[in-house]
Amino acid sequence: MLDKKIIQNLARLARLNIGEPEAQELSVQLGKALSYFEQISKIETNGIEPLITPTQLRSYWREDKAHQEVSTDEVLCAAPDKSGRLFRVPPVV
Amino acid sequence: MDLIKSSVQEIASAVQAKTISAREVCSFFLERAQRLQVDYNAFISFNENLLLEAEMIDQRILRGENVGLLAGVPLGIKDMFCTKGLKTTAASKMLENFIPPYDATVVARLKRQGALILGKLNQDEFAMGSSNETSYFGICRNPWNKDLVPGGSSGGSAVSQAARLTPLNLGTDTGGSIRQPASFCGVVGVKPTYGRVSRHGIIAYASSLDQAGVFADSVSDAALALEIISGFDDHDGTTAQIDVPNWSGLLSENIKGLRIGLLQLKDSSALENEVQQTMDAVTEALKEMGAEVVPIQMTHLEAAVPVYYLIAASEASSNLARYDGVRYGYRAPFENLSSLDLEEFYGRTRQEGFGAEVRRRIMLGTYFLSSGYYDAYYNKASQVRRILSQDYQRVFASCDLILSPVAASPAFRIGERISDPLAMYLNDIYTTSINLAGLPAMSLPFGIATKNRPVGVQLIADHFQEQKMLNVAFALEQRSPVRGVRCHV
Repeated sequence: MLDKKIIQNLARLARLNIGEPEAQELSVQLGKALSYFEQISKIETNGIEPLITPTQLRSYWREDKAHQEVSTDEVLCAAPDKSGRLFRVPPVV
Repeated sequence: MDLIKSSVQEIASAVQAKTISAREVCSFFLERAQRLQVDYNAFISFNENLLLEAEMIDQRILRGENVGLLAGVPLGIKDMFCTKGLKTTAASKMLENFIPPYDATVVARLKRQGALILGKLNQDEFAMGSSNETSYFGICRNPWNKDLVPGGSSGGSAVSQAARLTPLNLGTDTGGSIRQPASFCGVVGVKPTYGRVSRHGIIAYASSLDQAGVFADSVSDAALALEIISGFDDHDGTTAQIDVPNWSGLLSENIKGLRIGLLQLKDSSALENEVQQTMDAVTEALKEMGAEVVPIQMTHLEAAVPVYYLIAASEASSNLARYDGVRYGYRAPFENLSSLDLEEFYGRTRQEGFGAEVRRRIMLGTYFLSSGYYDAYYNKASQVRRILSQDYQRVFASCDLILSPVAASPAFRIGERISDPLAMYLNDIYTTSINLAGLPAMSLPFGIATKNRPVGVQLIADHFQEQKMLNVAFALEQRSPVRGVRCHV
């Protein structure tokens, strides 16, 4: 079981307003999952470089040119709330 | 023309030759898909302009144009792919009303060959699940047996293919999300090498694992569709600058002398009898065709599932941070924005917009990436990922291909595993390591277990060796005991 304080801190970092019953459930489920994940700690990995991208990539060059693929109006269409050509949000500062 | 049994190539040639119109083809499939929607819930939305778009294809043909390899072929597209002007939800409340202003590269390439979008397919929310039970738009049912899950996360794609609601379907595969539902629904499902297919315009789940692929009724239909969607895209820096072979044209049944590694787990007690019988049958068929089958073992394969879930959850927690209720997607209803705390704004929006499984994986990923835990979890998992990948390279030094089950069991009952996330994750032992290593792999139908449950077998090739895999699948397809067997709908 994961400590409730850890769950609350994670929820804050993840920006999720997790309620009391879900926090309870998660402390059990995540705790169980974490102990299952523990098994990899036994595998010897000294000096092994982490693998992030699974295939070898070549980088490529392109012209440093701006492209407009979608218009401002098209982008704003998807906004849940807007004011003129701006997204409407709560006070940020 | 029998549109249920025709290949994709036959349909496209007939449309191009004006034997049948694109409009007739599309009306047939649209009527069928809409009629069976109540039974399977395979679609999240339908394209209202389909018949108009089909008429435009017909007009171009009348003018003498060659409209492409998929002339008039209606497609089912998993709802992870952005489709210009058509709702793209990822099966989440978060994107319930999202209409993208552009097409995913894959979608654009298919359209350029004359294909049309019939509708957007059901799936697990943000592709997180193996049973299609986490969709915000409801479960999807297996057409072979409606009490069973279709598999996931591309459940709708597999169902649409198996019930032939569309002749060809797109899916994505992060840890088995094409291969497992293809196996559960008795259709061909292919995930190409990581980097073969552009991820531009595909809703991101775990970027180092995600890859698009196809569902089809036959290996040659799948090969053709893969050819069209594969290739370098300057919108995705992880696409490979490697030529795409004419896979469908180069298909060959001659597999004599190929060396095929038969994967043996250290503990295979979870493997159901009927899956083992299918494995025995496919091994026998390979030998009869002159291939050599040798047993292989992988070191640390049992670690693939935890490593996969650890990496996938970590990448997901980062990728899904973009859903903030500002630029697109769901925003929780607030009375007075000007007096609202920003954290409350994000927290409520995200809590209400994401489903339980998505929140669970975001929480796990946040834990793995948080300060103090990063090295023990994410970094460690990425090191084990290299060990697994190197182990595959060791096997491919002496084998052309690997053969394994797709899943330890055929499709399970709806509701059977949803209450235990960990048991659900353990389903994925045979599929997840493939994505960790970025290899191409596919599921080929090869048996039907009791209670009408299809069983597929998995073929795995080395990076960019899709042709070998497709050839062996093509050869096996001719000898499959379930060749031509369909579910009756």
